[in-house]
Amino acid sequence: MGSKQHDAIVVGAGHNGLVAACYLARAGLKVLVLERNAYVGGAAVSRSLYEGFTYSNCSYVCSLLRTEIIRGLELPRHGLQIIPYEGGCTMMRTGEHLAIYDNHDAMRRELARHSRHDAEAYDRYVRDMLRHCRFIKPLLLREPPDPTSFKPRDIRELLFLGRHFGKLGEARMYDTLRFFTMSCADMLDEYFESEIVKAHLAGSSIIGTALGPRSPGSAYVLLHHYMGSIDGAVGAWGFARGGMGAVTQALAASLTASGGTIRASAPVAQILVRHGRATGVVLDSGEEISAPVVVSNLDVRRTFLETVAPEHLPGEFLEQVRRFKIRGSSGKLNIALDGLPQFPAIPQGSPSTRGDMHITDTLEMVERAYDDWKEGRWSRAPYVDMLIPTQIDPTMTPDGKHYMSVFVQYCPYQLAEGEWTPARRQAFGDTVIDAIARHSPNFKDLILHAEIRTPRDIENEVGLTEGNIFQGELTFDQLLFNRPIPGYAQYRAPLKGMYMCGSSTHPGGGVMGAPGANAANAILRDLGRLQ
Amino acid sequence: MSPARGSTYDCIVVGGGHNGLVCATYLARGGRSVLLLEAAEQLGGAAVTREFAPGFSVSACAHLLHLMPAALRRELDLARHGLTLAGDDVPSTALDTDGRHLTFGPRDPGGLRARAQADADSYAAWQAQLQRLAGALHPVLSTTPPRLGNASWRDRATLLGLGLGVRRLGRRDMRELLRIGAMCVHDLLEEHFDLPLLKGALALDAVLGSNLGPRSPGTVMSLLYRAAATRGAEVLQQPRGGLGALSAALAGAARAAGVEIRTGAAVARISVREDRAAGVVLATGEEIAAGTVVSNADPKTTFLKLLGSEHLDAGFVRRVAQLRARGVAAKVHLALERLPEFPGLGAAALRGRLLVAPSSDYIERAYNHSKYGEFSTAPMLEVTVPSMADAGLAPPGAHVMSVIVQYAPHTITGGWDAQRERFTAAVIDTLAAYAPGLRASIRASELLTPADIEQQFRISGGHWHHAELALDQFFMVRPVAGAAQYHAPVRGVFLCGAGCHPGGGVMGLAGRNAARQVLREAA
Repeated sequence: MGSKQHDAIVVGAGHNGLVAACYLARAGLKVLVLERNAYVGGAAVSRSLYEGFTYSNCSYVCSLLRTEIIRGLELPRHGLQIIPYEGGCTMMRTGEHLAIYDNHDAMRRELARHSRHDAEAYDRYVRDMLRHCRFIKPLLLREPPDPTSFKPRDIRELLFLGRHFGKLGEARMYDTLRFFTMSCADMLDEYFESEIVKAHLAGSSIIGTALGPRSPGSAYVLLHHYMGSIDGAVGAWGFARGGMGAVTQALAASLTASGGTIRASAPVAQILVRHGRATGVVLDSGEEISAPVVVSNLDVRRTFLETVAPEHLPGEFLEQVRRFKIRGSSGKLNIALDGLPQFPAIPQGSPSTRGDMHITDTLEMVERAYDDWKEGRWSRAPYVDMLIPTQIDPTMTPDGKHYMSVFVQYCPYQLAEGEWTPARRQAFGDTVIDAIARHSPNFKDLILHAEIRTPRDIENEVGLTEGNIFQGELTFDQLLFNRPIPGYAQYRAPLKGMYMCGSSTHPGGGVMGAPGANAANAILRDLGRLQ
Repeated sequence: MSPARGSTYDCIVVGGGHNGLVCATYLARGGRSVLLLEAAEQLGGAAVTREFAPGFSVSACAHLLHLMPAALRRELDLARHGLTLAGDDVPSTALDTDGRHLTFGPRDPGGLRARAQADADSYAAWQAQLQRLAGALHPVLSTTPPRLGNASWRDRATLLGLGLGVRRLGRRDMRELLRIGAMCVHDLLEEHFDLPLLKGALALDAVLGSNLGPRSPGTVMSLLYRAAATRGAEVLQQPRGGLGALSAALAGAARAAGVEIRTGAAVARISVREDRAAGVVLATGEEIAAGTVVSNADPKTTFLKLLGSEHLDAGFVRRVAQLRARGVAAKVHLALERLPEFPGLGAAALRGRLLVAPSSDYIERAYNHSKYGEFSTAPMLEVTVPSMADAGLAPPGAHVMSVIVQYAPHTITGGWDAQRERFTAAVIDTLAAYAPGLRASIRASELLTPADIEQQFRISGGHWHHAELALDQFFMVRPVAGAAQYHAPVRGVFLCGAGCHPGGGVMGLAGRNAARQVLREAA
């Protein structure tokens, strides 16, 4: 094989691939990142599909990206700016609304308008959620232990977990055990009585997930969306200035500054294996590039079923990869607007339109949206998480125009009635637009262009299997030491020199960057280069 | 713990359900003087046989015996106390509308191979694995859940023992257990099988009695739970005379051990003096003193009604109030003039369980309705014809059909009074698709909704496990944190019902575990 030009190759320039590459480059490795598309970023991109407008095509908000990574990789210096939401709301079918404020007292006053009991309960809720966040956060940037192993490192990590849990104290330990196994609906029932409050909060428990708010385990998904922060403001969400592509652009700039190389439009056809170890990759073009370390940012299914020849992998491992649950359940609309839509439910000048807006006003409505997905059809009354970031960030559109990001839950990858066709995609988009238009009389008239994406479109463009935004469902059987595959949760593939760094690995998806950072750590440890 | 001054009994057991009877027996065998009080005239709680139409008798709630461990039955010597079996190792048959029914049991995949070769192979491996995992989990059921963060050697030893038990499974099985333990049964079945009928039948066992659908994470745990009780070798049995005969045998064992039993004695409250149990007060006003009171009533009844929140701290009361205990299983009893004919089904299969759960999706759809306070017109059914094996339950030539129906929400939109007839009709319609002549042979019917079960058997929410058997209400947090070791936060007050670990289903282990805990704490 040719001269050893690269110490490591990262397959895929999604945010986790870039994070891993950055850390490797900073440790002095010569890193090459190969990206199939002509642009970097994976699902965290800003693209212009309509003249003069920039869309955050897939991922659309920022919060989960670890502060350690933002600071460690100097992302602000490389152009990343995160602007917090000013509020949010759920609009009700009655014309009423629930406003969301990040100011605790303002939030409490708003809740009291709906239920005095819930305003009281909100203190308890926030306190408990923060406690669960504090419990989980130290685990995000650690390699999960293998509970079946007797290796000193695994035992040490298991003891760490045990002690970390033990520090909660007896009463809190039970609460934590329960929280991680509950359904979001049951959890919220323990705090709140008002339907609108529960419906709003439940949104986070289903995003990207093939679960409903009544499915056990959905309370954890809610927490997963809650453990982010912006400048230390826990649970806060914000916009990346210039769209989500700003995150990956900053990462790419940071990588280049550390001496790493990125090649776009360089699709990897296969990972090369010789004598049980990864030796490099071969591109679609036939070009071979060798490196002693190959890191895959692709999801675990794509990595092992499509880019490694099966004879190099243990049969049982492959069987588990095939079983990996990675079902698409989300759609997305990106809409160019001629002006700011009116939402009669929201008082003029309220910050509620400058954050995430929802229109499912009961838990039952959200749960029924899930029932549709189970039957292989898109939700007839979908849960939408819609945002108009251009109210805060005018860089994305021409003056006076707006961009609206509409995340839609649920939308199946495979329709019961048959394959996705352009007509069915349009019908899906119309369902969503009609649902929004019920709350905004001038919305339809303002639409200049709408990009409608089904899970199949997300798969085709971004490469995520089934369009699953987390590269694998966040259910118990696929978390911590089970993620992605029991026995292979430590970022190492069953091949020497090969690693995984995508959201398929612990701690999972969202633009968090933790899998990339953890994978880089594992690689550097194996290379003996961890200080 | 010595009996309070002047009391006649060391222990009073409130409620004569199967767990209460088991608990009382072990307490008496442990040398305690025990009084058992039952509000109804008949012992057995929900494990009773009742005449629902002239000449027709049926097991009111549970209709088969399968979870009670053989060791427990031997210890209680139930055979000597009159328990005989009308049916042993009865088969299960998954009904198919096209008449290609699938009769299978744990040891015999039956007609499966003919229909799905690959599934038959997978089934053997599935059973073997379930059996191995069940073997490792079996000891958990007989263990008092340890307290976390407690320095006691016993709790630490228990945790260590459980950990070692799982380790002993070996790496492969241990990984599989940690992976599937909290999974949904739908996904797990998808991994192993193709035939929808088989998956439906297996999913039925995972959701029976619980407020979950096959796609709800945690349903594999209920399957493992079921398997653990019998170490994976599940044998379904039908006591002669119905489940009431089991209760009679349990009562016999209790009396033989020296337990004094009073029926028709409803306990109004547990009396507490100086922060400890002092005895009970009956509805009649009669006071009976005892230093230890063990409640077989469900946790909500025990803590909120019998004990009263004034003796408990606010956080604990809130946990009890929030305990999920909404039953979703209804019972329909049919008095039949003749044996129903199921085309394609032999008489032998009629001695066992007939399952109407043609696919996992079918069950999920039936479940969907219950989430919104509705019932499905295509319900999931577990059907038995107990009179096949036990002719005494019906007049000569006639038969009794006993049907567990899911999902019947405890609180239904419009109220049960308005829905009863429609519900029964939906069940009969569903059955008629498999047994066309059934409708014409029905002489009488009875419906027990969860609301009826609540009222007739004094179980809050009418849930047959007294509290939903889900991961967040299991083991160390069952029924609620602070009462998972069978004792209430008030000294001398204990729980022994299905609301405790390991739950209900006519298993009896909650009663035995509770008795051991009482004896241990008093020692």
